[in-house]
Amino acid sequence: MNTLDFLIIGGGPAGLMAALAASDFGLKPLVIDENQKLGGQLIKQTHMFFGSKAERAGTRGFDIGTELAGEMEKRGIEIWSNSPAVGYYPDGTVAVLKNDKLHGLKPKAVLAATGASENFVTFPGSDLPGVYGAGAVQTLMNVYGIKPGQSVLMIGSGNIGLIVSYQLMQAGVQVKAIIEGLPNIGGYLVHASKIARAGVPILTRHTILEAVGEDQVKGAVISRIDDKWQPVAGSQQNIECDTICLAVGLTPLTEMLWQAGCQMNFVPELGGQVAWHDELMMTSIPGIFTAGDVTGIEEASTAMLEGELAGLGAVKYLKGDSKELQCRIDDTACRLAGLRAGPFGQKAREGKCKLKECRIKQV
Amino acid sequence: MLSDKLKSTGLADAADIQAAWPAEERLKKGPVAVVECFQEIPCNPCETSCPQKAIVVGQDINALPRVDHSKCNGCTICVSRCPGLAIFVIDEKYSEAESAVTMPYEFLPLPQKGDTVEALDRQGQTCCQAKVIRVVNTKAQDKTPLVTLAIPKGREKVVRFFKLVP
Repeated sequence: MNTLDFLIIGGGPAGLMAALAASDFGLKPLVIDENQKLGGQLIKQTHMFFGSKAERAGTRGFDIGTELAGEMEKRGIEIWSNSPAVGYYPDGTVAVLKNDKLHGLKPKAVLAATGASENFVTFPGSDLPGVYGAGAVQTLMNVYGIKPGQSVLMIGSGNIGLIVSYQLMQAGVQVKAIIEGLPNIGGYLVHASKIARAGVPILTRHTILEAVGEDQVKGAVISRIDDKWQPVAGSQQNIECDTICLAVGLTPLTEMLWQAGCQMNFVPELGGQVAWHDELMMTSIPGIFTAGDVTGIEEASTAMLEGELAGLGAVKYLKGDSKELQCRIDDTACRLAGLRAGPFGQKAREGKCKLKECRIKQV
Repeated sequence: MLSDKLKSTGLADAADIQAAWPAEERLKKGPVAVVECFQEIPCNPCETSCPQKAIVVGQDINALPRVDHSKCNGCTICVSRCPGLAIFVIDEKYSEAESAVTMPYEFLPLPQKGDTVEALDRQGQTCCQAKVIRVVNTKAQDKTPLVTLAIPKGREKVVRFFKLVP
C-alpha cells in the first residue's frame, strides 16, 4: 500500500495547475492520467486562448499544454500516464490501473480533475458511421492528423462547435453549415464572424431531422424550428455531406466523486450532477477536492484557476494556513472571479451560487 | 449594443460596424486599427500587445476594448495577437484609387505578394478583386500570418476576407 500526500486524478488544465500550485508550497503531488500525453483537452486546442495575459491569453492551447507539462518535468513532479483511476474505496484507497497492474494508492488529499464527456443527440440515422462528436473530430484532426471526411454539417454553435468548424476549414474540409436550435449563437461572436466571412452559414433556430444514408452518412435533412422547437412546415432542406459533427454540450465525469460519497447536486447551469465544494474546491468530504469541467462546464482558463485553487486548498488542508498561502489564494480567487464577471460567465456564476446554497440547506 | 443580426448570424450590421469605425479625419492620415470586437468576453491581449497603449480593456477583463485611434499608428501587432481575429488595419492613404486592408489569415496556402485574389465580405461573398501587397508571417505572430490587400476605395468597411483565385 502506497501512501502519498496529494493525488491528482486527471492531467488536464485543472490537474496540472493544481500540481504546480501545490508544488509551489512544498507538496509532492502525483498526477495520474488515463492518456499517454499530459494536457487533457489542451493538446488538441490549436486556437489562441482568450482570457487575461496572466492566464496565458493569446497563446495557443496546445502550447499551454506543452508549457505546463514542461514545468511539471522541470520540477520533477511524478506523473503516471496511461493510468486510469478505476475505483475509490471506503477507506480512502484509490485504485489505479498502470501497466496492467492494479495499484492501491492512499493519499492524504485527492483531487478529482476528471473533466467531462460529450453529449449526444439522437435522430434517425444518428447511429450511422460518419456521425461524430466534435471532440472526436478534433482529436482525429489535431492529434492524429486525420480528416474525418470531406464535407461536414456541424450541430451546435457553442464555442466547441464554432472552433472545431474553423479547424475543419483549416484542414481543408468543407463545412456546409452550422446549425443551432436556439435563437442566438452560443459561442463567442468573434469565432462566428470569422467562420461566416469564409462563407459558412450559421443557421440559428434550426435542427437536424435525420441523417441520410444506408451504410454511412451521405447527407442530412435540416429544418427551421419555431418557438416551441417544432419543425416549420416547408422549411426542410437537404444538405449533402459525409460527416455530421455533434457539438451539443458536455457532462461532468463525476464517477470518482460519487464513489467517494461526496455530496452531489444537480445544477443544470453547471452541466448536470456536480459535487458541492467550498471556496478552495474541497467537497463535502474533507481532503477530497474537485476542479475544472467536472465541477461545471466552462472554459480551460477557468479550469486552470479552479485547479490552482484546489492545489492551494490541498496545501492549506495538509500543512495549515500561512500569510503567503492566503495571499496567493486571494489573488487566484480574484482572477477567477474576474474571468467569470462578464455576460459569458453568468451561467457559471449562477450555477456556483446555487451549488453553494445546496450545502447550506443540508447542514 | 449588439445587433440581433450579429447575435443570430455572426454578421455585424451597419450599427455594429459604425461603433468601431474611426473618425474620417483619422482615416485620412493613414493606417489605423479597427477593432471589431462587439461582445463582452473575458479577453485582453489587444490591450497588452499594443505598444502605443491605444487599446484599453481595463480592470474588468470582460469590458469591450476602447480604442484611442489618435494614439494608434496602424502597426498591426494587435491583428495577429487578437484570439478572435477581430482586428483589421485600414489604410485609406495607400493610393489615389485604392485603400489597403490588413487582415489575419490562418489558412494554407498563403498568397504571395502580387497575387490577385477575390475579396470577400463578412458573409464570404465575393465583392471585388484585390491585389495582395504584403504577406507577413514572423515567429512573433505565432502562426497567424497577416495579409494586406489593395482594394478599390469605398470598400474599406466591407472587405474582411479573401479567397485565392485558382
